[in-house]
Amino acid sequence: MGPARPARQRGGAMSVQAQPRFWQRHRIVMAALAALGVLLCAVYLRWDWLPKYLPLIGEGIWRTIWLLAVTSVLGFLLAIPLGLAQAAGPWYLAAPARAFCTIIRGTPLLLQLWLLYYGLGSLFPQFPAIRQSELWPYLRQAWPYAVVALTISFAGYEGEVMRGAFKGVPGGQLEAARAMGMPRLTILRRIWLPLAIQRALPTLGGESVLQLKATPLVATITVVDIYAVASRVRQDTFIVYEPLLLLALVYMIITGMIVLAFRWFENRVPSRVA
Amino acid sequence: MLEALVEAFPTLSLLAWEPPGWGANLIRGLVNSIQIALGAYALGLLIGTAGAFGKLHGGPVTRDLLAIYTTVVRAVPELVLILILYFAVTDLVNQGLVAMGYARVQISGVAAGIAVLGVVQGAYSVEVIRGAILAVPAGQLEAAKAMGMPPMKAALRITLPLMLANAIPGLANLWLIATKDTALLAIVGFAELTLQTRQAASSTKAFLTFFLAAGVLYLCITLLSGVVFGRIEKWARRGQRGSGAGQ
Amino acid sequence: MKKFLLTTLATLALGTAAMAEPVKVGIAAEPYPPFAAPDAAGNWVGWEVDLIGAVCAAAEMECVITPVAWDGIIPSLTSGQIDAIMASMSITEDRMQTIDFSNKYYNTPTVIVAAKGSGIVPTAEGLAGKILGVQVSTVHQDYAQTHFSGAEIKLYQTQDEANQDLVAGRIDATQADSIALDDFLKSDAGACCENVGAVADDPAILGLGVGVGLRKGDEALKAKFNEAIAKIIADGTYDKVSAPYFASSIYGG
Repeated sequence: MGPARPARQRGGAMSVQAQPRFWQRHRIVMAALAALGVLLCAVYLRWDWLPKYLPLIGEGIWRTIWLLAVTSVLGFLLAIPLGLAQAAGPWYLAAPARAFCTIIRGTPLLLQLWLLYYGLGSLFPQFPAIRQSELWPYLRQAWPYAVVALTISFAGYEGEVMRGAFKGVPGGQLEAARAMGMPRLTILRRIWLPLAIQRALPTLGGESVLQLKATPLVATITVVDIYAVASRVRQDTFIVYEPLLLLALVYMIITGMIVLAFRWFENRVPSRVA
Repeated sequence: MLEALVEAFPTLSLLAWEPPGWGANLIRGLVNSIQIALGAYALGLLIGTAGAFGKLHGGPVTRDLLAIYTTVVRAVPELVLILILYFAVTDLVNQGLVAMGYARVQISGVAAGIAVLGVVQGAYSVEVIRGAILAVPAGQLEAAKAMGMPPMKAALRITLPLMLANAIPGLANLWLIATKDTALLAIVGFAELTLQTRQAASSTKAFLTFFLAAGVLYLCITLLSGVVFGRIEKWARRGQRGSGAGQ
Repeated sequence: MKKFLLTTLATLALGTAAMAEPVKVGIAAEPYPPFAAPDAAGNWVGWEVDLIGAVCAAAEMECVITPVAWDGIIPSLTSGQIDAIMASMSITEDRMQTIDFSNKYYNTPTVIVAAKGSGIVPTAEGLAGKILGVQVSTVHQDYAQTHFSGAEIKLYQTQDEANQDLVAGRIDATQADSIALDDFLKSDAGACCENVGAVADDPAILGLGVGVGLRKGDEALKAKFNEAIAKIIADGTYDKVSAPYFASSIYGG
């Protein structure tokens, strides 16, 4: 994650300016200081709780990644119609889509989450039919609410991006397809959508990192993600900083993996028109 | 009309200003939220401006330290940063003071909230402002230099006004993030809008009413800010070609 | 109020810097009726809030009630954001490793509440396979994890949230202090549910009662709180404060 990493090069052109070496003298000193800091943390802070909670930590990390992956994919799928409706839909589709994006982006996720979990939760006792329905075993758990809240949040932000992406596809491409006599749905599927997604791709990595950073909120509705596990450690042992440091480390590693994954992915997608 | 509405949804009367209504509490929370958002935003801009100049003109150590700061803050959830900074910073300050023989200080919730969110905001505004400065056409600065303008004057008269127009969409976005991030302070028990809403909702069991009301309040801030920032951008772009045209 | 003013004046007259500093008494920022909950005017009310007033008056201290998230209440104490905790915090061995406690100021039995007609009984067999909600870092969490290992234990940040999920049917039962749950059962929302009885006592986990949480080494403040608690019990203030809330004394044995 060094800042000196050369920018992704397009079209194989060599950069004229030589990149400075990564291991400059001051960086060696800084790395040594950082290593010393880590060593001091390892020696002087309390880590004796770690073995006992390791299984829980593993489960928590898994749940965080699972939530991130599922809600990002679902949210992106929802963002496509939201973006399309705003970019090209008739007003009766564009207006609700626009209102949806504005509302989701204009209110805190924590509030949305609590509205879903506690607001709907307070409605259930009034309708005994819900408790008898086959959905009840799911409605009773917390994770479906977390998935729904995170999904619509991602869709709200990415829907706005997709709107711009759909609008930004060069008109000539679509005209050419139309001139070839391609049916409208085929144009959408084969030309418009792929080009729009390609335009939106660079923002997806950043949005996924933001989504990762939103996941710990689900701990407030009893979903046991890595943040909830760290809270549990703090509350069981009254150790304040160590679980939080571990938590920060875990999130930084996951962020790093997201960034690398998207960099790899973007390099594989041909970007001639982007 | 209002009365008919209250009759249809009796829980709406809980939003009244006077007790037993909880309206005043919500507004108090809103004021707290806005106060913290404003403070954090201002602090963030300060950090952002200093950081942007550091990244552009600083030595290698400054640049690397700033890179670490922006990378770490943008990779770790705000909630975790708030907990770390909220407890660790007050603890360190107090331990330092005790070690130097002074009494402990009480760091108020507002000050802690502003400091924590300001540090988070700063990391984002560094990038926004740096990008905006880089987008100032080099020719403009060269022209200023050719006219013999001193560097300070060029920064104030040329770079700042030109970069402001570029920075405003990003800064508007940051302001919205600041207002929404104040909700996270509910987790550390600070009585901003979301926590006030939560307390009112749990005390009255009218969850939907209160959460929806708070949603409307947040949305009002967002929409109002949109209008204000739109005006500011128009003002900042005055005299520029293509201002006022769509997009 | 008058008494508060008098103590303020007294401390001002004495003029010592240490006494002029008000004592920040931390309570949990989440409603925990009837002990402490915010009212529509934004004030904190309840038995524990009144008791804080009485204790501080008896100790001739100026106190400021400071709501702090339960989740962070112990770190807030140790990091100096508050000086004392009076938030129905039970005195336990685990907590004693990190903070200090005054003598207890109340002690009530622990009960289980479940939906009416659920047939749940407060034993390990009765709760096996059920979902039991408890508040995190409470004696109830320890107790449930020790004695009800057959149940799925769901942890809540506040008892209030556990109550809400019991009403919403997301958990089968909750375990907590009898007073707090009685108050919930008396409310409209509590109509769904009933007290199914007290859990078997385990003094090692439950038995020490509720005390004022204090920073380790803050002996002067601890002595003040202990004296004040003894004083208000002896002079009847404790009973006077309790009368509007409880039919019988909750000081416990």
